[in-house]
Amino acid sequence: MTAVDRPAWLGKPNPGATALRGVALVLICLVVIFPFVVVVSTSLATQADIDANGGYVVWPASLSFDAYQQIFNGTQVTRSILISLGITTVGTAFSLVCTVLAAYGLSRKGSLFQRGLLTFVLVTLLFGPGMIPVYLMVKNLGMLNTYWALIIPGAVSAFNVVIIRGFIQGIPGELFDAARIDGASEWRVLGAIVLPLSRAAIAVVGLFLAVGYWNNYFGPLLYLNDSSMWPLQLLMRSFVLQGNVSSAAQHIPGTVPPPQQAIQMALVVIATLPILCAYPFLTKHMSKGMLTGAVKG
Amino acid sequence: MVAPAVVVLLLFTYIPLLGNVIAFMDYVPFLGFRDSEWVGLDNFSTLFSDGAFWNALWNTLQITALQLLLFFPVPIALAVFLHSVLRSSVKRFVQSVVYLPHFLSWVIIVALFQQMFGGAGVLNRFLITHGVTPLDIMSNPDTFKLLLTFQGVWKDAGWGTIIFLAAIAAIDIHQYEAATIDGAGATRRFWHVTLPGMRPIIVLMLILRLGDSLTVGFEQVLLQRDAVGPGAAEVLDTYVYFNGVVDGSWGTATAAGLLKGIVSLVLVLVANSLAHKLGEEGVYQR
Repeated sequence: MTAVDRPAWLGKPNPGATALRGVALVLICLVVIFPFVVVVSTSLATQADIDANGGYVVWPASLSFDAYQQIFNGTQVTRSILISLGITTVGTAFSLVCTVLAAYGLSRKGSLFQRGLLTFVLVTLLFGPGMIPVYLMVKNLGMLNTYWALIIPGAVSAFNVVIIRGFIQGIPGELFDAARIDGASEWRVLGAIVLPLSRAAIAVVGLFLAVGYWNNYFGPLLYLNDSSMWPLQLLMRSFVLQGNVSSAAQHIPGTVPPPQQAIQMALVVIATLPILCAYPFLTKHMSKGMLTGAVKG
Repeated sequence: MVAPAVVVLLLFTYIPLLGNVIAFMDYVPFLGFRDSEWVGLDNFSTLFSDGAFWNALWNTLQITALQLLLFFPVPIALAVFLHSVLRSSVKRFVQSVVYLPHFLSWVIIVALFQQMFGGAGVLNRFLITHGVTPLDIMSNPDTFKLLLTFQGVWKDAGWGTIIFLAAIAAIDIHQYEAATIDGAGATRRFWHVTLPGMRPIIVLMLILRLGDSLTVGFEQVLLQRDAVGPGAAEVLDTYVYFNGVVDGSWGTATAAGLLKGIVSLVLVLVANSLAHKLGEEGVYQR
């Protein structure tokens, strides 16, 4: 089997153009990948290595995991990682429950207030209320300095509801009819038909939600005053971008402290790792789930 | 079943929407909505006499213009190029590489850029060792808007190709065959088949971007504002944030936010009706 699918009308390939195209492809990939190579190498480099190169390392002469060891030896980074994981897990779960329930509820034509509620949800696609009124609302509800402030206000996105609703509407109606004739309740239909059959769409939306919660840094900045509550992104902003690195790592007595740049880059690696782990699943479902949603607009 | 979503939207979208009334109030958190004084349009006149507001607006429009000029065409060109790659394994690999930056946080992106282009970054070390004066890229107010645009391209140009690739894939293959039989070369096929086939999507994306003219990468700008100062880096969203949440001028900040919301809505409607006039479908049907 040949992987090249060349239509007849395209004619014979021009070797020069093909070579040029190959060079361009390699360059594009390098532009994306090279910064990651530098970050990972620097995080694994020794002080001598970094000094010799003046601040960064493309390929470390010798490997050293000191930076990672010290980061996990200190409490602050470990705690912020746990906080980020917690927000991501709870946030994604809460968001998915609200979204899937709404999507199913709004997918049945002719149910009570269906049209009105659908409009109610869709209108929020057109405009948002603005930063200050939402902030004051969160404040008045006493949610400042709680993790709920990061989870609940943005939990329902009309866009996600529309995507999952579209998927549910694609399920053959006969399945629903059959279940209802057999006396299944709406919850039973949801559990036995909707959830299993729209698993792919829910998985994609869930992954995107999780990435969003993991990457969120403005939410914590806005709503959390207490730096001991900071999730990883905010801590990273302070250590890597603002250079307050000294408290990032707990120095292990009797050892040479790892270079500051290594600690900073190790943090970047740690923050990127979960995204990289989720990435194969994202790309796998992306073409199926998101594309249909995206093209429909 | 819709109840949880409705409650969340009611609490954090609809009621705050009404909360915009504090744009017409001298809002004092201690007094709350009930007892704060109504001041009519005072907040707006304060806003319009504030040089920092006009600066923020001007910066925002400049960044939008730069993005339309330098960012918007990139995913289109990249999609056309990727579509021309026939070996599907190679194509899929490159796609999954260029989609990746979209999923990284702005904190990570800015850290990566600092590592590459900062004072002690890869580029400047290279320049120094070759006897060239290092470039101030990350903290130069004059080129800051270009930097923002470039970061945007690195992060989202690949991701942006998805929708254009779908548009190209939907073009009827017989059009290419017919064009080739009629003697059209690659260039003319591109102009007369590929581009017209992509046009509805291009117009749609352009409308959406125009409607978002007043929104430019809030997190991205906020992270780097300190490096170049508010003169070059203040945009409408950061103006609202610093005036309201940081300085406590709730009324003025909300007025700015409200103004932005209304103008954005009008922009979408105008851009859309313009598209209708030009015979395109636009975002929604009439």
